[in-house]
Amino acid sequence: MAAPVLINRGPVAWIQDVRRRTASLPWISLTIVGILLVCAAFAPLLAPHDPTLISMLDAKQAPFEDSSYILGTDVMGRDMLSRLIYGARTSVLISMVALGSGALVGTLLGLIAGYRGGWFDSLAMRAADATMGFPSILIAMILVIMLGAGIENIIIAVVLTVWARYARMIRGEVLSVKELDFVTLAKIAGVSSPVIIARHVFPNTVNTLMVITSLHVGQVILLEASLSFLGLGLPVGAAAWGIMVAEGRAVILNVWWLSLLPGLAITAVVLAFNFFGDWLRDALDPKLRRA
Amino acid sequence: MQRYILVRLGQALITLLILSLAVFLSSHLTGDPGQHLLGPEGTKADYEQLRVNLGLDKPLPVQYAIFLGKVVRGDFGKSFLTGKSAREMLVARLPATLQLAGAAIALTILVGIPLGVLSAVKRDTILDMLGKLFAVLGIAAPSFWVAIMLILLFGAILGWLPTFGKGSPSHFILPAFVLGWGGMAGMVRLTRSSMLEVLDSEYVKFARIKGLPERWVIYKHALKNAIIPALTFGGLTLAGLLNGSVVVEVIFAWPGVGLLMLDAIDRRDFAVVQATVLAAGFFYIAVALIVDILYAYVNPRIRYD
Repeated sequence: MAAPVLINRGPVAWIQDVRRRTASLPWISLTIVGILLVCAAFAPLLAPHDPTLISMLDAKQAPFEDSSYILGTDVMGRDMLSRLIYGARTSVLISMVALGSGALVGTLLGLIAGYRGGWFDSLAMRAADATMGFPSILIAMILVIMLGAGIENIIIAVVLTVWARYARMIRGEVLSVKELDFVTLAKIAGVSSPVIIARHVFPNTVNTLMVITSLHVGQVILLEASLSFLGLGLPVGAAAWGIMVAEGRAVILNVWWLSLLPGLAITAVVLAFNFFGDWLRDALDPKLRRA
Repeated sequence: MQRYILVRLGQALITLLILSLAVFLSSHLTGDPGQHLLGPEGTKADYEQLRVNLGLDKPLPVQYAIFLGKVVRGDFGKSFLTGKSAREMLVARLPATLQLAGAAIALTILVGIPLGVLSAVKRDTILDMLGKLFAVLGIAAPSFWVAIMLILLFGAILGWLPTFGKGSPSHFILPAFVLGWGGMAGMVRLTRSSMLEVLDSEYVKFARIKGLPERWVIYKHALKNAIIPALTFGGLTLAGLLNGSVVVEVIFAWPGVGLLMLDAIDRRDFAVVQATVLAAGFFYIAVALIVDILYAYVNPRIRYD
């Protein structure tokens, strides 16, 4: 038996190796997502001003005019850069909570429906069909009349529109996993169903879970921004990108940067997540590749 | 097939019932409607009288049944702001919304499909890149922001197009483009990828070997097969327009149902809210039902799922 050949290939080979492995990563997307997450996590440290501090003397400064307000100020003299940074935090928090809740509900139902089958399966899948694609703004509007405007509307509207996608995909995955030998062996060994689902089935659905999530982040951010823009979500004056675009709408002729900048931020972030999601899908789960 | 249609129809009815229940409950959850209508000056006797008049003294399930009976007959009550029947107000706004939606769908099909074909045929050229950029931005850029930027550019700076209200045909251009962009983007992507797939197939190769002119190969042989998924996508787009039209109508002050709905929610005009939300929900459920049945008709595999 030949001994394994251990050659010290030197730093150049090592760099080439790293390059080859990271070449296909979507670097631009990862950078934008990275900036977004850093802004969200360290907003109080990064923001040069208080995002809600009104200072009428400094109102309507154009970007790059004053060195203390790099991206200018809005009609009430609030610093645009700080509001954008805090807006990143709002976007990330809401989409994490909303998408997380939707994923939790959908995954649980999908796991149980796929593993148990029977009436529970048909009930869950019929419910999924009924809510899948139901116009989210309509759901949010009904919630607003029921509960009044608030963040919880955005979250419930997202949960109601995304859970079905998780439930359907995870169920499909479970249907094939549960026929595999290790599940049968666990059953023979007397392992209870909840433990089989949690320990043996669920880990095999994590790839799908990650792909669906990354493909939906962009949509959820867009939905949050639209609802905030329409005044159905966050309160007026909150540091959220959708609200900032709305605030700039009336004064678009003079204070054009007010709507332009947060809109660019939304577009960049959604683009980044969409590209990242596409990449992750192709990398992890070619089966999910659709036309 | 019949069984599939029946199941799907029952499902649509149940969804409609749940929607109506949510709308019915919404007027009860936001406080006592009697109190709401009477205002702070009403006496106790007035209040009791009003409750009897409105039927609020009956148990909730009975009230719901009465509500349903009225809704089925198209009676949504009167707007307490204008005094007109909510149905009249809804019907008056419908044409504007339908015209806008029609224009957006027309754009989706008439621009989306040719652009997708072009992108596929001229693969990896500048044209293809531009087509992809158009598609990618249409999905990622928020429509409310695109609308404001287009108003700034074409309305304020260039002064080429009207930016609010409804009148001449040129009033349609900006709102229809904003409403249709998402759909066009999806259509470009879908047509491009299914066209690429078809162009790679044996019968297209054979048609080329036969010496048919390239244009004939593309339009007569390839497009015919590539267009099937694109058409089913059209149904999805139609449902998605409901979301978009609220935003677009608000920004362009388009006198449609979406604007009416948002105004009514703002002013707590319950009769109008109920009428518009139920109408929008009904429209969506009906479209989804028709699309599903057509799809099952075209694709037999669905029926046995």
